[in-house]
Amino acid sequence: MSYFINTLATLGRYLLHSFRPRATIQYPEERPAIPPRWRGRIVLTRDPDGGERCVACYLCAVACPVDCIALQATEDEHGRRYPAFFRINFSRCIFCGYCEEACPTDAIQLTADFEMSEYRRTNLVYEKEHLLIDGPGKHPGYNYYRVAGLAIGGKDKGEAENERPPVDVRDLMP
Amino acid sequence: MSLYIDRAEYPAQPDKNLLEVCLSLGLDLPYFCWHPALGSVGACRQCAVKQFKDENDQRGRLVMACMTPAAEGTRISVDDPEARAFRAQVIEWLMTNHPHDCPVCDEGGECHLQDMTVMTGHTYRRCRAAKRTFRNQYLGPFVNHEMNRCITCYRCVRFYRDYAGGDDLEAQASRNRVYFGRAADGTLESEFSGNLVEVCPTGVFTDATLKQHYTRKWDLQNGPSLCPHCALGCNTLIGERYGEPRRVLNRYHHDINGYFLCDRGRYGYGFMTAPSRLSAPLLRPAADASLHPAAADEALAAAAALLREGAGIIGIGSPRASLEANFALRRLVGPERFFAGVGEAEGRATALILDLMRQLPVPVATLRQAEDSDAALVLGEDVLATAPRLGLALRQSTRHAALAAADRLNLPHWDAAAVQVAGRDQRSPLILATCASTRLDDAASATVHGPSDEIARFAAAVAHALDGSAPEVAGLDEARRQLAQAAAAALSSAQRPLVVAGARGGEALIRAAANIALALHRRGRATRLVWVLPECNSLGLALLAPRPLAEALAAAEAAGAPTAIVLENDLYRRAPHRAIDAFLAKARVAVIDHTRHATVEAAQLVLPAAAFADGSGTLVSSEGRAQRYLRAYPAAGDITDGWRWLGRLGALADGRAPDWQSLDEVTRACAAEFPTLAGIVDAAPSAAFRAGGRKIPRQPPRYSGRTAMRADRQIHEPPPPADPDSALAFSMEGHPGQAPAALLTWYRVPGWNSVQAVNKFQQEVGGELRGGDPGVRLLQADSAAAAGFLAGDAPEPFARRPGEWLLLPHDLIFCSEELSLLAPAVAQRAGPARLLLHPGDLQELGLADGDPAQVEAGGETMHLRVQPDPALAPGTAALPAGLPRLPWLDLPAWGSIRRVRG
Repeated sequence: MSYFINTLATLGRYLLHSFRPRATIQYPEERPAIPPRWRGRIVLTRDPDGGERCVACYLCAVACPVDCIALQATEDEHGRRYPAFFRINFSRCIFCGYCEEACPTDAIQLTADFEMSEYRRTNLVYEKEHLLIDGPGKHPGYNYYRVAGLAIGGKDKGEAENERPPVDVRDLMP
Repeated sequence: MSLYIDRAEYPAQPDKNLLEVCLSLGLDLPYFCWHPALGSVGACRQCAVKQFKDENDQRGRLVMACMTPAAEGTRISVDDPEARAFRAQVIEWLMTNHPHDCPVCDEGGECHLQDMTVMTGHTYRRCRAAKRTFRNQYLGPFVNHEMNRCITCYRCVRFYRDYAGGDDLEAQASRNRVYFGRAADGTLESEFSGNLVEVCPTGVFTDATLKQHYTRKWDLQNGPSLCPHCALGCNTLIGERYGEPRRVLNRYHHDINGYFLCDRGRYGYGFMTAPSRLSAPLLRPAADASLHPAAADEALAAAAALLREGAGIIGIGSPRASLEANFALRRLVGPERFFAGVGEAEGRATALILDLMRQLPVPVATLRQAEDSDAALVLGEDVLATAPRLGLALRQSTRHAALAAADRLNLPHWDAAAVQVAGRDQRSPLILATCASTRLDDAASATVHGPSDEIARFAAAVAHALDGSAPEVAGLDEARRQLAQAAAAALSSAQRPLVVAGARGGEALIRAAANIALALHRRGRATRLVWVLPECNSLGLALLAPRPLAEALAAAEAAGAPTAIVLENDLYRRAPHRAIDAFLAKARVAVIDHTRHATVEAAQLVLPAAAFADGSGTLVSSEGRAQRYLRAYPAAGDITDGWRWLGRLGALADGRAPDWQSLDEVTRACAAEFPTLAGIVDAAPSAAFRAGGRKIPRQPPRYSGRTAMRADRQIHEPPPPADPDSALAFSMEGHPGQAPAALLTWYRVPGWNSVQAVNKFQQEVGGELRGGDPGVRLLQADSAAAAGFLAGDAPEPFARRPGEWLLLPHDLIFCSEELSLLAPAVAQRAGPARLLLHPGDLQELGLADGDPAQVEAGGETMHLRVQPDPALAPGTAALPAGLPRLPWLDLPAWGSIRRVRG
C-alpha cells in the first residue's frame, strides 16, 4: 500500500516540477547571464587615449602558472615600450586570472567571453592581433604613462601626474 | 676574539667593517653606497645597526655598519626595532622621488633598490609632494640613462672616476637635485662604462644593448662562459632568450675579473647574432660557382671526399678556437701537419712566452695579484687595448701608496673616502712604455714612448740598472738611461713589483722583460710577471705545439693541390694578402667557423661552428689557466662545436666510429695526449656531475613562456634538449641550491634578485666563490729554476729614415679585435681609425688633423685620416692594428706616407 502512495507522491512531485521555472537555458539561442568578473577570454586593452596599454613588462608571463604567455618587448622611437609580439596559448590557459592581477597597467584583462572552442589546438594560439581590443575594458580611466616618470612621445619629463618640471642642473639657486 | 650580533657570538675581524661581517655571515642588512670593490663612504645611511657599549648597555646608539670596524667585543643588533625603523625611514625618503616606472625599467626584477625596499618593508608612498624629475642624457651605444630613478648613492661616480679613472661622468648640482651625468650628451669615454650597469643599484644606468631586445632576468637562460675578446680569460655569464644571446654579465672570479668587465667583453657578444654569423653548411659545387647552403650530411660527405682526394691534408688551428677544437684538428691531420693560424712574429713571441712561463722562477700574476702589486712596469703594450681588464687592475695597483699612507694613520682600507684623503697625490709607481700615448697615461708615474725596439733597449737598460750582470745596452741616450735608472729604483724599492710585457713587443722585449723580473727576483722581491697575449686561446694553441703558418704556406706551394682545413680563422688576418691569395688559389680549403670572413669566401666547403654562447670548450688564458665555457642554449640547426665536426669528419674519412661524442671525451683525449694539459679535465665538473642527484638548471625557476614561446610553430611542447657536454640542463628543473663555481648560471637567492646577490655565493664578502674559484692553472713557475739572465743583444737604436716612416701597430680597444667589431654596439663605439703621427711630422708632410693620407708599405696601399700624437717618436707612425679594411702588414715596417686630396 505504502508503495503505491510513495509512487503517486513522486509522480505528483514530478508533475509540480514541470510547472516550475527552468534552470536550463536554451544555449546558444538563449544567452546566459555572465557576471562581469567572469574569467574568460583574455584581451589586451588600450588606454583612454587609444594607445596600447601593454608595456611588455613580462609580469603576466612570470605570474602565469602554466607559462602560456610569451612576449617580446620593443620600443617606439620616443621610448614608449610595447610588445613586439604577444602570444597566449589558450590550449594551456587555465583562466586563473593571475596575469590580470599582476598587470601593473590594467592592460591584460579577462572578459566574460567563454566561447572559444576550436577543433584544432593550433587555433587556440592567440597572437597580439587576436588579443588587442580597441577599448579600455573594465578600467576606463587609467593611463599608465600619465603617472609613470618615463618620457614618451607627447609626454615629456615632468609632465606626468604629481611631477615637478625637470631640474635645471646648472642652476645655483639654493 | 669575538663580536656579538643580536647576542649571538661570532668571530671578530678587525680589518673588516660590520656590514661586510654581517653579509659574510649571511645576515640580511640593506645597503646602497657600499660596494665590496669600492669600499665604504657612509653616504646612504641605509645599513644602520644599533651598537651597544657593553653587555649592560640597554639603550645603545645607531651606527652605520659600513663605517664601523668589526672590532673585538663589538656588540650590535641588526634586529633592533629602532634600527629597523630607521632603515625603513631611509628607504621611504629615497623613494619619495622615485618614479612610478618599474614595469618599463630594465632593472626591474634584478634591482637592488627593489630588494632593499622589500627587505625594509616599505610599501606605500605616504609623501604627497610632487616628484622631482630630471632630463636624461645620451651616453652612447653601451649605457642607457634614466636619471629619475637615482637615489644618489654616488656609486657610479665612485666607480667611474675613482676606480676606473674616467673623468667625463660627474656629480652635478646640489642638495636634492644632485645629478649624475656628463657635462653634455655624448658617449661615455671610459673603457669600463658598462660596469655602471652592475654598479648602479637601481635603473639609472642600464644595458643599452639589452634594451634593444629586452628580457627580464628571470626569462634568461644562462650559461657560464668566458670572454673571447682577449687572452685574460674573464668569466662571463651569457643570457639567452628565443635562441639569441641577449646580454653578458660579469661572472665573479676572485683571481681574475672580480666584479668588473671591460666594455669589449660586455658588449662584444653581438658578433654571435651579426649578419656575418654562419648558420648552415656551405658548399661550392664548382670552382667558379658561389657558395650555397647545403645539408649537414651532404657537406660532411663532401668534406670526407675532400680529405680522401687531397694531396696532403693540412690543418690550420686557431688562437680563438677552443683547446678541444684545435686538438681535434691536430688529431685529424696529425701533429706534423698541424699549423698555427697566427702571424709569424706573433707565433714566435707566443712560443717564447710559453717557454719563459715554464722556465723562469718568476711566477705569472693573476689579475688580482697584478692589482696587489705596489709597482708596475708595462713594456710595449697598450694594455687598455690588448688586455683592457688588466689596465683597470694596474690602475688599482697605483692605490698602494695611498693605502700605505692610510696604514700609517691607522685607517682601515675599506674606509674609501678617508684613504683617498690620506693618500692624496700619492701613487705607487706605474711606468708605461708604449709606442703612442695611451688612456692609462694619466695613472702612470712615468711614461716612455718609442718604437718597440727602443722600448726593448729601455727594458734592457732597466734590467742592467737593477743587476749589473744583465746584458748592457750600448749607445743609450742619457735621458733614457736616467729614466731606466729611475724605473729600476722604483721597482726595486717595491715589495711586490710587477712586470708586464706581451707578444706585441717582440722577442727582444720579452727577453728584456724577463731579465727585469729575474733581476728583481734575485733581489728577493716577490716579483710577478704578466704576459699579454693577443687572443683568448693563444696560449692553448701554443701548448699544442703547432708548426708555424709560413711552413703551411710553403708546403702548399710544394705539394701541388693540398687540402687544408682551416679552423675558426681568417687567414687574411695572419699573413700578407698575396701569400694567402696564392695559398687559397692552390689549396682546396674547408673552413670550420662561426663567422663569415674573407677566408670563408675562398673556401670550397664551410661548416658552421658554435660560438661562445652556443658552444662549449676549454680556453687557456694568458695566465696559463684552463677554464671551461659551457653553452647557454642549444645551437640552432646544423651548427655545432668545431671539435664535434672534426670528430665526425675523421670518422667519416676512415669509416669508423667518431673518437668522441661529447666534450668530456675530447677533453680527456686531449689531456691524455699532452701531460701539460692533464689539468684541463678538472677545469669544470664533468657532464656526469650531479648535485643532489640532479643536473644544474640553466633557466631560473621563474622562467616564463615555456608553453607559448614555440606555440606558433609547434603546438606540442618538445622535451628539453639533452646536453651531453655538461652537467647543466636546458630546463628550469634541477638542483635548487648553489651550483659549483664553474657551473654557476645566475646570482640570485631569495630576497636578493640583483647582481649584489654574489655576496651570497662567496666564502666571505669579496673572497673566493664557495667551493673555490673555477679553472686550473696549467703552468706553474719553477721556483728552483736557475735565475740566469737570458742572453741576446739589445736591438739597434731607432734611426729616422728620410721620407720614410716606421709604421708601428697601434692597438685600439674597439677596433683591433676581430669578433667584437662585428657587434653593432662595439662597431658604433669604434669610431674612425686614424693614422697617428708626431705633430712635427704632420707639419713636414703638410697635413693637419683629420686630413686624408696615403700609406704605402709592404706592397700595400692604404688610405687613412691622420691625427697628431705628440707621444710618438718623430719618424714613426702608428697604424691601427687589426682593422678589417686595412691589409695585413708585418709591423713594424717601413713605409711612405703622402698627402692625398680628400
